[in-house]
Amino acid sequence: MAKKKKLFRGVAVVGGGLSKLGLFKERNCKDFFAEAYLEMLQSVDKGIDPRDIEAIYIGNFSNDFFVKQAHWGPIIADLVGHVPKPVTRTEGACASSALAFREGVFAIASGFYDIVLVGGIEQMSKRTTEEVTEGLGTAGSPYEVATGFTFPGVFGTIATAYFAKYGAKREDLFNVTIKSHNNAPLNPKAQFPMTVRDFMNARIERCRQKGEPLPTWKDEKDFLRDVSVNPPIAWPMHLFDCCPISDGASCLLLVAEEIAKNFTDNPIYVAGLGQGSGYSLHATKDLTSFEATRQAAKEAYEMSGLTPADVQFAEVHDCFSIAEIIHMEDLGFFKPGEGYKAVAEGLTRLDGPKPINTSGGLKAKGHPVGATGAAQLYEVWLQLRGQAGPRQIPNPNLRVGGAHNLGGTGGTCTFVILERR
Amino acid sequence: MEPAPLLFWRGGEAMAERPFNDYSYEQFLKEGKIMGSLCKKCGAKALPPRPICVSCYGTQMEWIEFKGEGKLAAFTDIVVAPPFMAKEGFGKNNPYVVGVVELKEGVKIVARLIGIDAKKPDEIKVGSPWRAEFIKSGQGPEEKVYLAFRPA
Repeated sequence: MAKKKKLFRGVAVVGGGLSKLGLFKERNCKDFFAEAYLEMLQSVDKGIDPRDIEAIYIGNFSNDFFVKQAHWGPIIADLVGHVPKPVTRTEGACASSALAFREGVFAIASGFYDIVLVGGIEQMSKRTTEEVTEGLGTAGSPYEVATGFTFPGVFGTIATAYFAKYGAKREDLFNVTIKSHNNAPLNPKAQFPMTVRDFMNARIERCRQKGEPLPTWKDEKDFLRDVSVNPPIAWPMHLFDCCPISDGASCLLLVAEEIAKNFTDNPIYVAGLGQGSGYSLHATKDLTSFEATRQAAKEAYEMSGLTPADVQFAEVHDCFSIAEIIHMEDLGFFKPGEGYKAVAEGLTRLDGPKPINTSGGLKAKGHPVGATGAAQLYEVWLQLRGQAGPRQIPNPNLRVGGAHNLGGTGGTCTFVILERR
Repeated sequence: MEPAPLLFWRGGEAMAERPFNDYSYEQFLKEGKIMGSLCKKCGAKALPPRPICVSCYGTQMEWIEFKGEGKLAAFTDIVVAPPFMAKEGFGKNNPYVVGVVELKEGVKIVARLIGIDAKKPDEIKVGSPWRAEFIKSGQGPEEKVYLAFRPA
């Protein structure tokens, strides 16, 4: 009999930092973490003495492959003056730093530590697109990899199953891309702080400067239909359905609940957290759902006593447009087959009743894979503290938010619910 | 718990002695057979074969041959190819199709899809009938046989 999961003592997030995301080939991965770490120190309202941090958990998917350097734990410990205290690297593909967060929470909840730093890093810019595709592919299922599936290919496959089951069409996915890109210009950390219309206008301007005939797209959807600007990657996934290759780092300062007020009058608490694992495509029962997400959500909801309706907003792992729709359904925000309609109706916009990916999401904010999980939690933390600036959700009673992180092609998923009390 | 059977690989010998793993699956493909495992305890089928039943945790398996007929559950048409597919000549100007086929016996398998125009993915229909084919690639020790499906 599985018993209800609980923490033996509460955990609060009292600081956070995120580096500017993008492609920074000339920089070192340590630089990104330094950027995120320095922001984190500044963000702790009543201050933190770095000497008080007892342990670090750092998520990294595959700098081993991307920059030919493994064992990033001690590199990060050395960078921030943490040596000789313990540092542990976690790996769960694109969910690596959500696992670091989870380990940090457990370390505090167990009573072993009171103050822990968690975060993630990844540098992908030093490799070509083909090499990055191969590197990411190593996190797929061996059966899929051997058959010739790529990451976009797996999500494209899932999209065709979703279309067949629910009658959605490729153009329904455009709404996800347009919505996420509408949030990105409001996020100074975003890799692409541009709306889809900004991309259109930039392209028109380029044609004008070159003296070429000007494109005559009617609207954003018309632009996304044009394969000369939105080429296919893996049917039905086109360029604008796919998140970019990114560099970046993120971190969060976690402390035991009973000392949280020593650091800030506005701590954000861990209400629930869950993690699940998933099968490969061929072995999964339903191709339009991730069992790992459903498991993670079940654990997080049970632990927190909250329901999907209580989660007022969320960051979900939109590595591909179809993924955002499926995650919203697996997390219970919308019924199966209703997610794409919710996006079309504007329910997930920044000013809608259930804002999703206010940061711009992986699509527009960027996806430095090992840093993404903690970066999503950073966004939820900012929103709950009312510090998200121009992209602050216009709801004065914001109290509960969620972060969903997916690794590989769904092999590892996490869901964390944070709350302001 | 039943004890796990002792499994030996003695090349070319009786089928029952092949271990229920990916290597045996690939060897069978070379022999033109799609072979999976059938749990003796609960009857759950697995393809590729599994040494442990994920339905009932049984560890006693027998081989089951799949006919190779099924319907398309989902697919994709890949334009940006990984390096090993690019070496075979696939990529931007020569996309290829892979998908998930649900076999009549009730299990799914991932495979390449052939006999269709990979430049027209919108003409491929989920739910349509497909039939297995064994495709050889490479020579000598490099020889591999992979599973493909074409429209039935």
